Amino acid sequence: MEIGINHYLGLGAILFALGVFGVFLNRKNVIIILMSVELMLLAVNINFVAFSAALHDLMGQVFTMFVLTVAAAEAAIGLAILVVYFRNRGSIEVEDINQMRG
Amino acid sequence: MLAVNPILPELLLAVGAMVLLMIGAFSRDGAYGLIRTLSLVLFGLAAFVLLAFVDSPADAFGGMFRVDAFAVFVKVLILVAAGFALMVADDYLAYRGLRRFEYPVLILLATVGMMLMVSAHTLLALYVGLELQSLALYVLAAFNRDRLRSSEAGLKYFVLGALASGMLLYGISLIYGFSGTLDFAILAERLKNPATVHPGLLTGLVFLFAGLVFKISAVPFHMWTPDVYEGAPTPVTALFAGAPKAAAMALILRVLMEAFPGMVEEWRQLVIIVAIATMAVGSFAALVQTNIKRLMAYSSIANMGFALAGVAAATPEGVRGVLIYMVIYVLMTVGSFALILAMRREDGWSEEIEDLAGLATTRPAMAAAMAIFMFSLAGIPLLAGFFAKLYVFLAVVHAGLVWLAVVGFIFSVVAAVYYLRIVKVMYLDPPKVEFSPIAGSGIPFVAGVTAALNSPLHLLFIWPLVLVAGIAANALF
Repeated sequence: MEIGINHYLGLGAILFALGVFGVFLNRKNVIIILMSVELMLLAVNINFVAFSAALHDLMGQVFTMFVLTVAAAEAAIGLAILVVYFRNRGSIEVEDINQMRG
Repeated sequence: MLAVNPILPELLLAVGAMVLLMIGAFSRDGAYGLIRTLSLVLFGLAAFVLLAFVDSPADAFGGMFRVDAFAVFVKVLILVAAGFALMVADDYLAYRGLRRFEYPVLILLATVGMMLMVSAHTLLALYVGLELQSLALYVLAAFNRDRLRSSEAGLKYFVLGALASGMLLYGISLIYGFSGTLDFAILAERLKNPATVHPGLLTGLVFLFAGLVFKISAVPFHMWTPDVYEGAPTPVTALFAGAPKAAAMALILRVLMEAFPGMVEEWRQLVIIVAIATMAVGSFAALVQTNIKRLMAYSSIANMGFALAGVAAATPEGVRGVLIYMVIYVLMTVGSFALILAMRREDGWSEEIEDLAGLATTRPAMAAAMAIFMFSLAGIPLLAGFFAKLYVFLAVVHAGLVWLAVVGFIFSVVAAVYYLRIVKVMYLDPPKVEFSPIAGSGIPFVAGVTAALNSPLHLLFIWPLVLVAGIAANALF
C-alpha cells in the first residue's frame, strides 16, 4: 500500500485530537497537560512536513523549525511557572488549582 | 541588502531590552528605577522613530513584515498603552517588594511581540510575533512568584494559552496545505473564487480564528480572563487589559481583511456568533461580580464583543470603527486600572467594589475620575465611550446588519447597569474604608490624562482620530 499525504494528515489529526483530549480530560497533574500540549505541536509539525513534501515547497519545513524552537521556549517557561506554583501550593494536581473560580 | 528602515522601532526595542537586561544583571541592586525610566524613554523613542523616520507602506524580510498606515496607527496605540501600564506600576511593585528589573524588560519584549503581530504579513510572522508576546505575558502573570494567586494565574494563562496556540498552529498548517502559501497577499489572490476553495481551508480558518479569539478573550475562549485578571498583580492586569487586546484585535482585522477577503461570507457568520456570545457573557456575568478586577475582566470581554461586531461589518468603515473603539477602550481601561491601583488601604490593596463606598466625600478627585471612566464605559453621550460604540454600530448598520446593532445596543444597556452601580456606590453610599495616599506621580498622571481624554474634552480630538483611523483602515483594503 502506498503511504500518501492522507495517511500523514490522518495521523496528524489523531495525534492532535489526543493532545486536546489530554488537556481537557486529564484530572491528574499538570505535567500531563504540558505533555499533551507538546503532542499537539508535534501533530502540527507532521502536518507541515507532509504538506511541504506534497507541495514541493520548503516553507512548511521552515515553519516546523520555528515551531520546534518556540515549543522548546514554551516548555521551559511552562515548567518554570509550574515550579513556582508548586513552591506555593505544594501540589500540582489539576483539582488543586482552585484558588479562583471562573 | 536588508532594508532596516521598516523594522527600526522593533529593533530599537529589542536591542534596548537586551541592553537593559544586561544592565540589570550586572548591577548589584538590580537598578529597577533606572531601567524603568530607560524603558519609558525607549517607548517614546520607538514611537518617535515610527512616526518620523519609518517610510510606509514598506515591506521587510521578503514581504513577511509590512508597515502601512494601519500598522503605524496600532503600534502607536500599543506603545502608549504599554507605557501607561509601566507608569502606574511603581507604587504597587514597591509595596509588594517586586521592584525587579525583569519587569520593564518583560514588558519591552512583550511590546516587540505585539508590534510584530500588527505588522505580520505571513502566517509565520504572525505565529512568531504572537508567541513572543504570549511567552513574555505568561511570565508577567506569575510575576509575584511568592503569592499563590499570582502563580496560579500564570499557570492557568500558560496552559490555556498553549492550547490556543496549538489550535492556531493546526489551523495554519491546514491553510498552508490547502492553499500552498503562507503569504497573506498570495492567499487572498488564490481565494478569489470561493467555489474552488477546498473545505480543509475553511476548517483551517476556523482553527486559526479560534486561536486568535483566545487572545482577545472572546467567548468561548474567555474562561481564563477573570481568573488571570484577578490573580495577576494589578499593574500586570492593567497591561493585559490594554495593549495585548489592541494588538490581537489588529491581528484579527489584518488576517480577515487582507488574507481572507474572498471568504467573507463564511467568516462573517462565525464573527457574528462569537460577537453576540461575547457581548452576552461579558454583560450578564459582570452583573454579579463583587471583585472589581473580575468586573473589569468581564467588562473587557463585553468590550471585545462590541469591537467584534464592527469586524463583522467587513468594510473600511467597520475597520475604522474598530480602531476608534480600541483607542478609546484602551484609554478607559488603563485609566480605570490606574484608579484601582490607587485603592490601597493600610493593609494592602482592596479589590472589593463595596470598599469604594463614599469615595466622593473622602477622595472627590478620584471618585470623579472613576465616574468619568464608568460613564464612558457605559457609553453615556458626551463621553468618549459613546463615540466608540456609535462608530462601530453605524458601520454595522451600513453593512446591512441592523439587527446586530440592535442586539449590541441592548447588551450595552445591560452592561451600563454594573458601571452605574459603581458610580452609585461611590456617590450615594456612606464612606467605609479610608485609602492611604500612594507614592509616585505615575498613577495621578495616567489617571488624569486618560480621564481628561474621556471627558467631554474628547470632542477636541475625536475628529482627527476619526480621520486618522479612516486612513489606517483604508490601508487594509
